[in-house]
Amino acid sequence: MKTHFMRKTADLTATAALCCCMAISTAILGASLAFLTSKGWGALTWEFITEPPRAGMTEGGIVTPIVGSVQLIAVSMAFAFPVGILTAIYFNEYAADGTLTRLLRLAIRSLASVPSVVLGLFGFAFFCSFLRFGVSLLSAGLTLGCLAIPTLITAAETALQNVPQDFRDASYALGATQWQTIYRVVLPSALPSIITGGILCVGRVAGETAPIMFTGAVYFSPGFASSIFDTVMALPYHIYVLATAGTQIDKTGPIQYGTILVLLALTLGISMTGIVARSHMRKKL
Amino acid sequence: MPKSAYGKMAASGARWSEKAPRGIVTAAALSGIWLMGFIILFLIKEGMPILSEVSILDIASGNRWYPVSSPPRYGMLPLFAGSCAVTLLSCVIAIPFGTAVALFISDVCPERAREFCKVSLEILGFLPSVVLGFLGMVVLAPWMQAKFELLSGLNMLNASFLLGVMILPTIATLSEDSLRAVSQSLRDASYALGATRFETMFKVVLPCASRGIVSAAILGMMRSVGETMVVLMASGGAALIPRFITDPVRPLTSTIAAEMGETPVGSPHYHALFFMGCLLMLFTCLLNMLVMKIESARRAK
Amino acid sequence: MDGAKLKTESLSMAYSANAPYALKDISVDVAENSVMAFIGPSGCGKSTFLRCLNRMNDFVGGVRVEGRVLLDGSDIYAPEVDVTALRRKVGMVFQRPNPFPFSIRENVAYGQKLLGERNKSRLDEIVESSLSSAGLWEEVRDRLNEPAVSLSGGQQQRLCIARAIAVSPEVLLMDEPTSALDPLATARIEELVRELKKDYTVAIVTHNMQQAARISDATAFFLMGELVEAGPTTGIFTTPSDPRTEDYITGRFG
Repeated sequence: MKTHFMRKTADLTATAALCCCMAISTAILGASLAFLTSKGWGALTWEFITEPPRAGMTEGGIVTPIVGSVQLIAVSMAFAFPVGILTAIYFNEYAADGTLTRLLRLAIRSLASVPSVVLGLFGFAFFCSFLRFGVSLLSAGLTLGCLAIPTLITAAETALQNVPQDFRDASYALGATQWQTIYRVVLPSALPSIITGGILCVGRVAGETAPIMFTGAVYFSPGFASSIFDTVMALPYHIYVLATAGTQIDKTGPIQYGTILVLLALTLGISMTGIVARSHMRKKL
Repeated sequence: MPKSAYGKMAASGARWSEKAPRGIVTAAALSGIWLMGFIILFLIKEGMPILSEVSILDIASGNRWYPVSSPPRYGMLPLFAGSCAVTLLSCVIAIPFGTAVALFISDVCPERAREFCKVSLEILGFLPSVVLGFLGMVVLAPWMQAKFELLSGLNMLNASFLLGVMILPTIATLSEDSLRAVSQSLRDASYALGATRFETMFKVVLPCASRGIVSAAILGMMRSVGETMVVLMASGGAALIPRFITDPVRPLTSTIAAEMGETPVGSPHYHALFFMGCLLMLFTCLLNMLVMKIESARRAK
Repeated sequence: MDGAKLKTESLSMAYSANAPYALKDISVDVAENSVMAFIGPSGCGKSTFLRCLNRMNDFVGGVRVEGRVLLDGSDIYAPEVDVTALRRKVGMVFQRPNPFPFSIRENVAYGQKLLGERNKSRLDEIVESSLSSAGLWEEVRDRLNEPAVSLSGGQQQRLCIARAIAVSPEVLLMDEPTSALDPLATARIEELVRELKKDYTVAIVTHNMQQAARISDATAFFLMGELVEAGPTTGIFTTPSDPRTEDYITGRFG
């Protein structure tokens, strides 16, 4: 028979241990952010954000990779967003339980589990070589899009599922057809949360490096990509390059921290916007 | 299911204005199948030619990865061992830790702090992997080097720790979902019998949520296997079979990332890298199937 | 034809091929420009019956309907019938108010827009006349662009009625339209229903017998998927011919 004291002690110890775990994980996040901010803050100047890199990337700013990252996001979303929403509509409104639907579910799940570097390989073999897009903004954007599609589908599907059946009934009772109901009632009702899901997805895509390393991001480019067939610099790849490939790592120290801070501001800024919008929406429901 | 029936109704009312959107939506949805098909096809197409250069046995058992020496050697055993070692160590770190965090959020945390905890986890998950890898290089590596008197702080432990941090949010969030799905009435029943919170958590809540936690752990493992930037930057990059957790390693993903850029298209080395892609794909697919099996068993229950 | 706008002939219905009948052999007439109430204990099939009248049950997979439903003498389950056109003729108001998450104006204009009406002044006219018929115009005339969910529950239900009549239906089906409302809002709706029968034929399901007595011209009593008795409301409530009806309306069960 365990004594009351032993049970009580076990309870307190366990509670304390669990608290510790949460505290540690929060501390890791806090310490990382604090460290990177304090180191990078000094590098953040107007010139740093608005000027291209100079002198073998040891001086100047990072406007080229910033613009490149934004372009990559735009291309990837232009591809992934429509595919994601339409697939979610298919699942939620049209799909009958059948072999095709099951196969599609399996395909989407598998797509979600493909390692990002393998997606990069695929992007190189398929978009760059087979479709002859070359190492370019387009290839890299499409590869990133493949990464985003499963997430977007899940987000859009949840949003569509949350549209009450009442709305559909009301619309059908007024003589609407199925597509009219989807297009005029279901989609507009679900759009805010679909967009929130999209924002969160953008936050994730912006920080990805592996899929773009051999499909479109380059070590250095003298200017912005003016067509989708140009190569681009991208923030995450720029960080990798500065931290590992540079011969003058000491010299680029401030630039590295500055670039990281900008990337963090971009990804976490976008993600936080999504998180805030989401909690706002949950409250409204 | 009423959903499928809506579909049938539209099919009977065969009109252009209905058929066209339906066709477009279906076509777009099917692009998922096409995409996945192309991924498998192209990985195999670009990866299999290596087998005409080297036998599968040499690849699997060779412990020397010298793809650019002459004659080149394509032994992938050390890379494979590196991937496995880093993944397992990261899981050993992150699974208990992630489950503990999940338990904290679901059963210990006061209601007011819950949202904060979940958001902080989510943000941790949003940290780009290249940033974590960078932290491994500039913070963790020098510290480890000095502390444990190592040759290099870029090693398996460093990479595994960072990977653990990366997959922690996945594991914790998914576990927390399944812990919260355990009904309050079960907890109440346990408390009513005089159990402490610790006893309730470990003897009632955890066993009830065990399937969900296992699948969360596998999903975390899947991410860990496929993660690239962290291992590329922090694992040391030596193609050796690790004998101790502070040995440097070179997992498959980082090998692909590091060497793909310098490889002539169509060379044996190029095909070898795609072959690794196939291996990774196979591995994650197996884990994925495992998760689906657990999930369907859970639903059947 | 005996003035019946809507008529069912031995209507039976089951939710799937081998499920038991949810409705058994129901023949009932709804006279033009009258209100007919369908009463009965919950689960007796009165809502199911109502949803057969504009084919909302089509959505339930594998549903089986036998017998005929005649609107102006033609069978609505005939293969050539366009379901969407049918539903425009036979509108429906649901148990819970279900305005779309749009503005008040957009809600009412929705049905007309489906038909391709783009003319703004014409739409405005229809919005005003529908809202007036639903007795809501005075309350919302200055806030047509506000979201419909900002209205109270009773107002929302009247908005749903306005939305239904904006496509000029001939029949209005109401499925317990006041069950989610407070007594005051209920009284407004009841008053409205009495008004509406001038222009429409109304079939209303209600669990509230006083309500049936107050607003209907004819009443049908359902029990376990069967039609026990149907006739003029006064007759049903004062001299029911079936003992089960009497038991129910005197409160002995249900």
